[in-house]
Amino acid sequence: MNIAVDISAIWPELFMAVAAMVMLMYGAFRGEGATRFVTWAGVLVLVVAALLVLAGPAGKTTAFNGQFVVDAFAVFAKVLLIAGAALALILAQPYNMREDIKQFEYPILIVFAVLGMMMMVSANDLLSLYVGLELQSLALYVVAAIRRDNLRSSEAGLKYFVLGALSSGILLYGMSLIYGFAGTTSFDGLAAAFATDSDAPVGVIVGLVFIAAGLAFKVSAVPFHMWTPDVYEGAPTPVTAFFAVAPKIAAMALFVRVMLEPFGDLVAEWQQVIWFISLASMILGSFAAIVQTNIKRLMAYSSIGHMGFVLVGLAAGNETGVQGILLYLTIYVFMNIGTFACILAMRRQGRMVEDIDQLAGLSKTNPYLAAALAVFMFSMAGIPPLAGFFAKFYVFLAAIEAGLYVLTVVGLLTSVVGAYYYLRIVKLMYFDEPAEAFDRAPGREITVIVTVTGLITMFFFIGLAPVLDGAEAAAAVLF
Amino acid sequence: MDSFPILSLVTFLPLVGVLFILAARGTEEQVARNARWGALWTSLATFVISLLLWLNFDPTTSDFQFVEKVAWLPAFNISYHMGIDGISLFFVILSTFLTPICVLASWKAITVRVKEYMIAFLVLETFMIGTFVALDFLIFYIFFEAVLIPMFIIIGVWGGPRRVYSAFKFFLYTLAGSVLLLAALLALYFEAGTTDIPTLMAFSVPAELQTWLWLAFFASFAVKMPMWPVHTWLPDAHVEAPTAGSVILAGVLLKMGGYGFLRFSLPILPLASEQFVPLIYTLSVIAIIYTSLVALAQEDMKKLIAYSSVAHMGFVTIGIFTATQQGIDGAIFQMLSHGILSAALFLCVGVVYDREHSREIAHYGGLVERMPKFAFVFMVFMLGSIGLPGTSGFVGEFLILLGVFQDNTWVAFFAATGVILGAAYMLYLYRRVIFGKLEKEYLKKILDLEPREIAIFAPLVALVLWMGIWPDPFLSVFDASVSNLLANYQTALSSVDPLNLAGR
Repeated sequence: MNIAVDISAIWPELFMAVAAMVMLMYGAFRGEGATRFVTWAGVLVLVVAALLVLAGPAGKTTAFNGQFVVDAFAVFAKVLLIAGAALALILAQPYNMREDIKQFEYPILIVFAVLGMMMMVSANDLLSLYVGLELQSLALYVVAAIRRDNLRSSEAGLKYFVLGALSSGILLYGMSLIYGFAGTTSFDGLAAAFATDSDAPVGVIVGLVFIAAGLAFKVSAVPFHMWTPDVYEGAPTPVTAFFAVAPKIAAMALFVRVMLEPFGDLVAEWQQVIWFISLASMILGSFAAIVQTNIKRLMAYSSIGHMGFVLVGLAAGNETGVQGILLYLTIYVFMNIGTFACILAMRRQGRMVEDIDQLAGLSKTNPYLAAALAVFMFSMAGIPPLAGFFAKFYVFLAAIEAGLYVLTVVGLLTSVVGAYYYLRIVKLMYFDEPAEAFDRAPGREITVIVTVTGLITMFFFIGLAPVLDGAEAAAAVLF
Repeated sequence: MDSFPILSLVTFLPLVGVLFILAARGTEEQVARNARWGALWTSLATFVISLLLWLNFDPTTSDFQFVEKVAWLPAFNISYHMGIDGISLFFVILSTFLTPICVLASWKAITVRVKEYMIAFLVLETFMIGTFVALDFLIFYIFFEAVLIPMFIIIGVWGGPRRVYSAFKFFLYTLAGSVLLLAALLALYFEAGTTDIPTLMAFSVPAELQTWLWLAFFASFAVKMPMWPVHTWLPDAHVEAPTAGSVILAGVLLKMGGYGFLRFSLPILPLASEQFVPLIYTLSVIAIIYTSLVALAQEDMKKLIAYSSVAHMGFVTIGIFTATQQGIDGAIFQMLSHGILSAALFLCVGVVYDREHSREIAHYGGLVERMPKFAFVFMVFMLGSIGLPGTSGFVGEFLILLGVFQDNTWVAFFAATGVILGAAYMLYLYRRVIFGKLEKEYLKKILDLEPREIAIFAPLVALVLWMGIWPDPFLSVFDASVSNLLANYQTALSSVDPLNLAGR
């Protein structure tokens, strides 16, 4: 085994780990005065890491005795989650300054979490999968509770930790069963073990279900979604923005890889499990969101619903489905970051407001923000020609290809229910009389991000073909 | 002319106007003035260019003309494909014709957020035109669905007291139907491997699948049309929408349903269409008679016209599914005629509403004394709506009845009853509003049409009479396309069951 080849495969991860430690040292010596600098340094590290990912070796490379794999799928997912994390970090900067979250650890924890996510995406063995997952989770637990003096934030962190640990336990238990029955933890080994075995032993199926449950928790799919609304509501808003994007992408990419690579030949065994959680997530996400009054809770249910739509692509279990998933996640990043940027601009007299009713009449007091938020809402509802439509289009295309007609029709109808609560926000902003205006000047960072993500959401159809090509290449490596 | 992308120009020109309006700066009043003029000039320019389509249109062929095709998603074999035939040409012109009228009709009625209003209308125009010129199913769907966004905003922001309820009902009703259309689109894509409409027309879908796809198409188009019993969004939306919103809703959006049946259900799914003719006939006959009776009992002018729209659309669906030359010609003609007549009737309501801010029929009476010009204009449209010979309404209804008589005399009988009921409720409306003694004090100072309003109504009156007296310039344009459609339809039916053709 050539150590140089191994190292060359993990350049981005290596760089991030070293850079994060340097930032930590710098912060530790400089104290709170370094926060601003460290935040922008964190953004820079993420950007450089993304470039390193793109500059990595073409084709499929495995490293460290098959523990780690770099392929087109991993590259696509990594670039996406880094983009999401970097945007979320930029959004956090003005907020943290205003709300007096001075800890310089925040950007560093984000970088570590992203490092864990990249490990997850590149995992080629149940063990490296678990290590990556835990690195990410531990960083996220701390980030959720970053406002130590705030009861809700601490509660969110604790809830997330307890339930996260539980799900990790379930996942680990499933892995141990799989190892016991297959005799290996390597994805390649597992794939080979099940390739010949048309009739999988019950133990493997139980293990598989446990793994699926553990991963469903991470993507907050029903019935493992209970933590999501509480954590979304309790965590500081920029942290919620980050939670809604990067960990979801990493966990979903991992989910797809685990189901399709080692267990690819057991499609018949897991398809109905995914079918169910997908359907349940779409239904619960759309119905439960209707009664929400807090915009962050609403976004939590919205993300549960979106994950249900993404899982439609996985339930299809075909190449179009994976393409659809990657396309969906790409669009999801921009829609979600844009929406959270708008939420971060909801400030009145220097304080955050989170009540949906406070958006009333926004189109009169701040037409620009209202128009942007309306674009994001229509897009999330899946109305063409906005980006969200194409996301749904491709996952359902895959579902039809796989013959999942019930899932398609029910899924499409839940998107109508979902449209109701997205429209409610548009209604508040456009049809109702204005409440008190929000504070002027939401900050340059927020304005820029709202503009960029808004334009991407509106004109996504122009760049659809190249994104699809990328997704096609990425999906092809799993089949 | 071949290489010039005239259809894209017509479709996207309104968006250029949007950019101009967005760029307008200054005080609120200046912005409003610029927005009004900008929208008017843009929509007029679009209308003039769309007339060029008619001038250069070759009515002797049933092929698609002015075709543009650019690969959009090559991996999925989906392209940006535009083109028109005789069926779609007039719907494009109807859209471009009604938009400047709407802008003019809103000149004084809309005083708040004028800029946003005009932008919404121009965006809506682009989506409407796009729906009719798209030759790729996905592109069609995108435009078809996108229409909801500006319409939702128009009803919700500038509408009446119950605008929020109506806007939601309109949006969710239509969306629920449309997602089923999307499911059908996806299934069709997997069956045929393409979403290109001309290719799909030549493709023969398995009979089993046709039934399901037809029902999904039906779910969407029937809501849009709207057919009984899924018409209930229409009276609400019409009543609450601002005048110009009702005009576009009745004039163009309802036609998308009929266009959908003609463009998709009939040519792509001929077997299922034949199979479901009894369903369509039943629903249409119920619609005609039931909504006419409901219209008779209305107290609100807009609601009355809205119900009359449902009844008139019932004629259209009957005409389309007779699958005869007269029936389909009549259905298209009826859609065009209704597009102008219902738009004009809503404008008439708008005229008195702008003055009195009431749509109650009982609020008015004896208007002929103070408003003779208005009474004349209203009479022309009212008679057109009844289907008096010499107006456009007659030609469409006559051809449809001619077509359906060949197929099923009972349906023809019931539909003809609907014509009588139509005369009843329209004349009753006219009598209560226009005739009688001018007794109400507040009406004694009401003013007759002003020049701007005359400018709106003059072209509409002229068109109603032109289409009624000399319909040939219109009929001859879609004649070839309809014959071709029918020829393909009959071939498809007879290839499955040779007796079927003989039986008809």
